[in-house]
Amino acid sequence: MGSLETGVGSKEEDRTRDRMNQILFAISDQHTTAASKPAGVGRRYWRSLEEFCDTDEFRRLVQREYPSQAAFALDPLNRRKFLSLMGASLALAGASGCSITPAPTTEIVPYVRRPEDIVPGKPLFFASAMAHDGAAVGLLIETHEGRPTKVEGNPDHPASLGATSAIHQASVLDLYDPDRSQSVRYLGETRTWDDAIDAFRAMMSEPGQQRGGGLRLLIGTVASPTLRRQLESLQQRLPDARLHTCESAPNERALQAARAGFGEHGSPRYDFTKADVVLSLDADFLYEGPGHLRYAADFISRRRVRTSAADARQATMNRLYVVEPAVTCTGAKADHRLALRASEVEAFARSLAREAGLSTPAAAHGDVRSRHSTWISAVAHDLEAHRGRCLVIAGDRQPASVQLLAIALNDHFGNIGQTVEYTRPIASLLANGSTTDWIGSFRDLTDAMGQGAVKCLVILGGNPVYTAPADIPFAENLAKVPLRLRLGLHEDETSRLCQWHLPETHFMEAWSDAIAYDGTATIVQPVIEPLYEGRSAHEVVAILTDSREVPGRAIVREYWANEWKLDLGSSEFETRWQTALHDGVVEGTRLPAQTVTLNTRWQSELARESSQLEGSQNEDPTSSLEIAFAMDPSICDGRFANNGWLQELPKPITKITWGNTAIVSPATAKRLGLGMGSYAHGGEHGGYHMPVVTLTLDGRSVDAPLWIMPGHADDAVTVHLGFGRRHAGRIGGSSDETVGFNANLLRTANSLWFARDLKITATDQTEIVACTQAHHQMEGRDSIRAASLNNFQEHPNFVSQAIDDERRERTLRAADGLSLLTPHNYDPPRHKWGMLIDLTSCIGCNACVAACQAENNIPVVGKDEVSRGREMHWIRIDRYVAGDADVPKAFHFQPLPCMHCENAPCEYVCPVEATVHSADGLNDMIYNRCVGTRFCSNNCPYKVRRFNFLAYSDFDSPGRRMQYNPDVTVRSRGVMEKCTYCVQRIRHAEIGAETEDRPLVDGDVITACQAACPTQAIVFGDLNDPQSQVKQAKDSPLHYSLLDEELNTRPRTTYLAELRNPNPDWEGG
Amino acid sequence: MADRPSLVRIEKPAVAVAAAAPLPDYTPRGHDFTSLTAHISDVVLVKPTGLGWFTSFGAASLLLLLFGGAIVFLLMTGVGIWGLSVPVAWGFAITDFVWWVGIGHAGTLISAILLLLHQRWRTSINRIAEAMTIFALLCAGLFPLLHLGRPWFFYWLAPYPNTMRLWPQFRSPLVWDVFAVSTYFAVSLVFWYIGMIPDLATMRDRATSRRGRIAYGVLAMGWRNSARHWHRYESTYLLLGGLATPLVISVHSVVSADFAAAIVPGWHETVFPPYFVAGAIFSGFAMVILLCVPIRHIYKLKEFITIDHLEVMGKIVLATSLLTSFGYLSEQTLSWYGHEKVEHYVYLNRIAAFDQYAFVSWSLVFCNTVAPQILWIPRLRRNQVVLVAVSTLVLVGMWLERYMIITTSLHRDYLTSSWGMFLPTIWDFLTFFGSIGLFATAFLLFIRSAPILAMSELRAMLPGSHGTEVGR
Repeated sequence: MGSLETGVGSKEEDRTRDRMNQILFAISDQHTTAASKPAGVGRRYWRSLEEFCDTDEFRRLVQREYPSQAAFALDPLNRRKFLSLMGASLALAGASGCSITPAPTTEIVPYVRRPEDIVPGKPLFFASAMAHDGAAVGLLIETHEGRPTKVEGNPDHPASLGATSAIHQASVLDLYDPDRSQSVRYLGETRTWDDAIDAFRAMMSEPGQQRGGGLRLLIGTVASPTLRRQLESLQQRLPDARLHTCESAPNERALQAARAGFGEHGSPRYDFTKADVVLSLDADFLYEGPGHLRYAADFISRRRVRTSAADARQATMNRLYVVEPAVTCTGAKADHRLALRASEVEAFARSLAREAGLSTPAAAHGDVRSRHSTWISAVAHDLEAHRGRCLVIAGDRQPASVQLLAIALNDHFGNIGQTVEYTRPIASLLANGSTTDWIGSFRDLTDAMGQGAVKCLVILGGNPVYTAPADIPFAENLAKVPLRLRLGLHEDETSRLCQWHLPETHFMEAWSDAIAYDGTATIVQPVIEPLYEGRSAHEVVAILTDSREVPGRAIVREYWANEWKLDLGSSEFETRWQTALHDGVVEGTRLPAQTVTLNTRWQSELARESSQLEGSQNEDPTSSLEIAFAMDPSICDGRFANNGWLQELPKPITKITWGNTAIVSPATAKRLGLGMGSYAHGGEHGGYHMPVVTLTLDGRSVDAPLWIMPGHADDAVTVHLGFGRRHAGRIGGSSDETVGFNANLLRTANSLWFARDLKITATDQTEIVACTQAHHQMEGRDSIRAASLNNFQEHPNFVSQAIDDERRERTLRAADGLSLLTPHNYDPPRHKWGMLIDLTSCIGCNACVAACQAENNIPVVGKDEVSRGREMHWIRIDRYVAGDADVPKAFHFQPLPCMHCENAPCEYVCPVEATVHSADGLNDMIYNRCVGTRFCSNNCPYKVRRFNFLAYSDFDSPGRRMQYNPDVTVRSRGVMEKCTYCVQRIRHAEIGAETEDRPLVDGDVITACQAACPTQAIVFGDLNDPQSQVKQAKDSPLHYSLLDEELNTRPRTTYLAELRNPNPDWEGG
Repeated sequence: MADRPSLVRIEKPAVAVAAAAPLPDYTPRGHDFTSLTAHISDVVLVKPTGLGWFTSFGAASLLLLLFGGAIVFLLMTGVGIWGLSVPVAWGFAITDFVWWVGIGHAGTLISAILLLLHQRWRTSINRIAEAMTIFALLCAGLFPLLHLGRPWFFYWLAPYPNTMRLWPQFRSPLVWDVFAVSTYFAVSLVFWYIGMIPDLATMRDRATSRRGRIAYGVLAMGWRNSARHWHRYESTYLLLGGLATPLVISVHSVVSADFAAAIVPGWHETVFPPYFVAGAIFSGFAMVILLCVPIRHIYKLKEFITIDHLEVMGKIVLATSLLTSFGYLSEQTLSWYGHEKVEHYVYLNRIAAFDQYAFVSWSLVFCNTVAPQILWIPRLRRNQVVLVAVSTLVLVGMWLERYMIITTSLHRDYLTSSWGMFLPTIWDFLTFFGSIGLFATAFLLFIRSAPILAMSELRAMLPGSHGTEVGR
């Protein structure tokens, strides 16, 4: 008995000693820091002594401080786990975070004293820019009393023209992400910046380090000219230090090709306004890349047909040919689309070059040429017929040889200087574009680390541990570096392998600058005091260079003073600086086009480029499967994985959310003996239990759920990168629960984008794939009305002619007499709001969906709820596949917000008058009157109403509360909601006009979806104003209403039929 | 007692008797006034509560407990615990509602319409049927409330004076529902209660315990069996019968308007009101059969609820089965003939094998159309096992019919992009089976606390109850 007691006593002592050790010597550990983790599963970390003790008092404290945590913890529903996580942002950060840092010493919102221009309730907009893909897009950041709530595109910025992408829209959510790293951490312990700087200084003061011998910097694409200059001066100051790049989507191949072709590095810049015929070789230029918003706008500007029926003959459109493996937004808009495996694109390009009369080395695959000879000759003839007015674009995923062929073709057709011009490299590490072998540089670094040559590695951004190709042992070699510092927004996979994690500022918190796809620079200004202890890359590099702690603003100002050759203190500088800040663009920074001439030796360069790929090219293409890697359309390489808006955004073509899949064509699926699985809860509107397959490449394998997508190239699999993260955060994946699978595990440095010899083996497992629209076909209904340009010219009224007159008459007759529908009067001076969506212009890019989510406080519901068909987006983009599923003829996008029907079926079935008609014709939803019968949703033929089946909205977490648009109600459980035509914006505009004592004019009200749309597919305005854009567009012969003839709903949101411009000389194309 | 006025006195048209073939005699045999009263009231007052009752009650209250648990969880969490989604925003709750309301039809139909039609056989079963109606409506009434996103605001559907001066939106069929169902419930309850007053007085007089005497005494409202009482009673009963008769027709017509007034393909049908009423009577009678067969065995009421009674009900089940089947046929035919693309698709989708709901459609055709045809054969119609089996199938089939109408119409409507499926969750099933627990519990309590047959009416059928008249 006595010994037993002793035993207990000693165990007690052990536990106490363990705790003491944890306090005193917290040791690096790969496990999570979650305080709730049961003892014994990894080492526990804690945020305060109370938490460490985990006493009842602490729990009471938590419950008192954060009641949401307690409530969510009681919730037994697993599927709401992620919601609970969102709500339980114990993030001591959020609201309290503001007080961590000292009071601001520079002029920056939030203000201490209320300046004149802050009027509570009125938002302020600040020009800034977000760098992504190595180039910036100018933004206007909307702030409410010092809180950024939404972004809009900057109309003055050449890469935006007022538009944004979904990623820009979602960036504001990243700012408030409770999982962002909040303080300097050393092996998981909270430290200070001084500690980190001391550690760095100590390392640098070691003998032999004065010239930076052992110092290496790893950095992604740098879009900031200031940072490029800083890195240059760092290299001057520490000549032995070296810079390396890590970028999961390096786009140096275009630069290399330009060098091979022209003798110098250069970035191509396209002018779609001049191009009549465009050929895309696996280039998703409407959706990806630095200039995609502008390119989309320019491209669509040549496609939009707004003629009257009488002038239909004069209508013109550009023509788009796309050759690609997986269906992309660009491919979906193509007039002619050819699904080729990624590796076959080169053969196609070579055959085309030959057809066009260029002498190229023999094509590797003769069969591509023979299989697609009509295609090749038709394209070649069309390009030839439009010399100087056509354009060939090679995608970044294609090897340099294809890029070079594109250059040669453009040169051959006289496009260089016309539709395409070359500038100094945009996206590169240094201003001179010196480092172009990015993967080589990364490999060098890894080798050096392995040899112990690296004493100190500073990782600025990126997440190389996660994104590194599988054959580069970066993570293993990283451990051999004595001092590892990592600057990042999140404590992610890379941070966990570095001793020091340094919190980075979000771009809305710090000063910086960035250049756009055409070189135009924007000064990035902070719109909120850093929420946490973050510092920007500028400040960190300044410390690395000469141990000075300089504020970011001073660094950026100094750069521009130098650049403008002005004194920092001079008033001239101040004026230019303020102008640049105000406008969001720095005057005169657009890069000029360079005069380039194609080398005569380009063929030999091509042969050299191609020889590198010979090994894999000689195999029989039909014997094995090919795998193609692609950036995820929403979360890219995983950098946005912890962003709920982006995770839940249905991918443009597949409409999958929350995860990635192995995408194959129907024919390949059949060959593999696999098919779509059984329905998940919500059926086609929720997803399927898909069979999980094992993908094996070079002895590496991952398990992935299959997905079948019509239009995909046969015998090929496409996988999206960015998923399967283990330390992304509570949304993006943790070691317990990942989202999707990690395709990086198959990717090697030699085959970054596609590889041969993929083996697929079926497993007996299934996985739910949450897909919001798995039904591709229209089933003979005319949801989408479309025609070719020729057809339109011959039958300009095809849209209305297609309507069954008898049916329309019947509907109208039925509408006479006794009716449940009450007539409304919208005569002027009332407004009559209406929306028009041009299906020809819509590229399905989701910008409207994300913008609506940001504007209207739309909650994220999580994978499980999406798989039950309960996603909450107020505007959705329907995607239809026309023709046979095996050989799809065309892809169509149809954005669907609320139709605001004049005869709204939802209104008369609501028992409590929660949905009613407003005097200006809006179908209003009164949330606090709604009891949730859901009859309105059932009776809505467009199914645009969304119901809060559970408590989706996050009322509690401080960060999310700061993001909410104060003008829009946050909806509670059991309430129906839907698109309001951004009624808050309408009322704002009306009040503004009234204050200024003027009538509302067209353009005063711009809805969130309309503002974000890069192609201006969405037009909104007053139908009572004959001059309004929307009214005039609705007079188009292409105009039609969805389901109106059948149901007499009189929708206010209507469509322009989609036109395509197939090659008229090409039968059967 | 012998000279008191009788209900049957009012039915004397010689034509009715003359036109009918030799009718079965529904008079309880082998009983006099005393034995009849004793036999029925002893079930409650004298006989010990059997083990069977306790077992059934245990099972029923267990289900009720589950129902309570499911409701509490539902109220705490939201309707998201069910398998609802956006194309299919109505699921089990509305199916259950319509099903229970349908079952609730038989009681008042038997009490009111058959009373007015002078159907003597109703006497033996009307009490059971009326109780069933009340309890079925109780279950039915719960579902629309539970189904709401914010059930705590259910009263907004009712017109009541409020500071916001807001009334319900009277164009909505859901508001009509509130009126139709609540009126029907109120009238059925009053009808049931009034009809029970003479029997409650009997119970009061025969009660052995003081508590019983007080309870029945209060409920009997001072019934003294006077001629004046009888006079008032009979006229009230008759008037209520007249009042309840249109309600039997209206309530399910209005419920059907929940669907018919919508523009959902598969719902927007003018045939719905009669088709729903027929279906309601169909399922109601099936439920009465299902309740009567065990009761007459357990409580030895075979002299009162005879095979003849069961056979009549079987005939009604057969007749309403044919009516309902005609509804199915006409729906399909009309959609085919009308050639509205979307609507046609929905109907085709219900029966064609390319959808997983086709099994629901074909099951219900088997249950509601095929199975009852067995009742054409008199021998089987008088077989209790067959009747119970058919009734069970009919109840299942009618539930499936409502499920099919709601789900298949919603899940494939106008835009193919929004097509989805409805897969129920465990909570859907718990709330449905839980409501059966509520019904069964209430019914079992009723058996033990009130006369399950209308004693006074049965007595009036006995020879000698009308002075010189002897039987019929």
